[in-house]
Amino acid sequence: MSDIRKELKYLSSHEWARVEEDGTVTIGITDHAQEALGDVVYVETPEVGSRVSIGEEAGVVESVKAASDIYSLVSGEVVEVNEALQDAPETVNASPYDDGWFFRVKPDDLAELEEALDAADYRELIESEE
Amino acid sequence: MGFKTALYATHQAMGGKLVDFGGWDMPLHYGSQIEEHNHVRQNAGMFDVSHMTVVDVKGEDAKAYLQYLLANDVAKIEAIPGKALYSGMLNPDGGVIDDLIVYNMPQNASGAWFRTVVNCGTREKDLAWMTKIAADFDVELTERDDLAMVAIQGPKAIELTKTVVSPARAALIDSLKIFQGLPEGEWFIARTGYTGEDGLEIMLPNAEVETFWNSLNKAGVPACGLAARDTLRLEAGMNLYGHEMDDSVSPLAANMGWTLALQPAERNFIGRKAIEAQKSAGAEFKLVGLVLRERGVMRAEQVVSVDGSDQKGVITSGTFSPTLGYSIALARVPASVGSQCYVEMRGKQVLVDVVAPNFVRNGKALV
Repeated sequence: MSDIRKELKYLSSHEWARVEEDGTVTIGITDHAQEALGDVVYVETPEVGSRVSIGEEAGVVESVKAASDIYSLVSGEVVEVNEALQDAPETVNASPYDDGWFFRVKPDDLAELEEALDAADYRELIESEE
Repeated sequence: MGFKTALYATHQAMGGKLVDFGGWDMPLHYGSQIEEHNHVRQNAGMFDVSHMTVVDVKGEDAKAYLQYLLANDVAKIEAIPGKALYSGMLNPDGGVIDDLIVYNMPQNASGAWFRTVVNCGTREKDLAWMTKIAADFDVELTERDDLAMVAIQGPKAIELTKTVVSPARAALIDSLKIFQGLPEGEWFIARTGYTGEDGLEIMLPNAEVETFWNSLNKAGVPACGLAARDTLRLEAGMNLYGHEMDDSVSPLAANMGWTLALQPAERNFIGRKAIEAQKSAGAEFKLVGLVLRERGVMRAEQVVSVDGSDQKGVITSGTFSPTLGYSIALARVPASVGSQCYVEMRGKQVLVDVVAPNFVRNGKALV
């Protein structure tokens, strides 16, 4: 069974978001997504200083099996990306919610996150897909 | 729910991620495809390949039948007991119904006979075709679904397998040449494989396979799934039915020209006329290897463009190569291709190198 964390918000395209203490939002892909993708071999994150928007592609994750776009759960400025993924993309498989995060956004409007799924809704979604 | 091999419950118990593969519930991986791939390249790994279809061909006309059915000529292997031959089984238009291996089995009281191993997803059409052609020959076809098949592959595959089989079977393994298989009791042991490494493919009764599998595992041979099998075979530049060729693709466009035995000229085989016509017209397409040394992964069905040709090529299989650390692919491209071409990847034209379709052999990079 996939790990789904209660405190996070989710997209139906399998990204998660966590609001940090400083108000920034960290984005990654879910345990369910990493398992479905298989071994991750490349991660393309947005550049620090660039802007991401809800509903627009912000990066790409490629596994041996498939390539998938990554979407942001909020609009805003990218303030940090996980450089470690360049040399160790497999971190996404090993630790999708912690060490395998993708990028961090300073959100224009945190209220956008209310549109995202909560853990219960996301669990229901992936159970219906299985 | 699909067909299940005799190892189905074992795969479940070992944590295999089971998926539908040509109608069979087969393990894709047991955790990490890349780790399994690396085990095979560096040490040894084992695969359940019991889903493949084994058909024994016996009877007075066994040789004549196969000489008509197959584009390669079994006369090439008749002098060597157990010798294997790779061949296409063509339709009258010269397309590939399936690719297969045929073993020249040691003669018994009833004379020469052969064992063929065909793919799983093509089982029904293969059997229908083989049976149809058999009507004009004195042959008997027997599907051997009583046999399981395990492939043990890698530089240590032979050494480790020998530690878990009887002394007679270990001696038989020692005696095998590459691409040769021989029976020992109810087992059939062949020095063949699909990974670009040395190794064995062993057919044995369904009832014995679980014990054999578990003892191999205990001896240090980890279970590997079909995902690793695919990256391994692609690194080795080996064709996969339905990707590099199918009923509509000529063997000449699938790098299988070497399997077409056009001599002796008097041997008629199904598809011969079509192949001869294609040969004299000159092949429009050929199968090449592609290498992308930057980020990104080439995928099957991506479009390939070649300088000086309006015709488009296509990637037939593409992946990330765990051994090389970058993406490789097989592609069917206009025969005029030079040393580089373009692949359309996610909306961009990406320049890639064209190489011989053979990337890794016996653990060594060839590109």
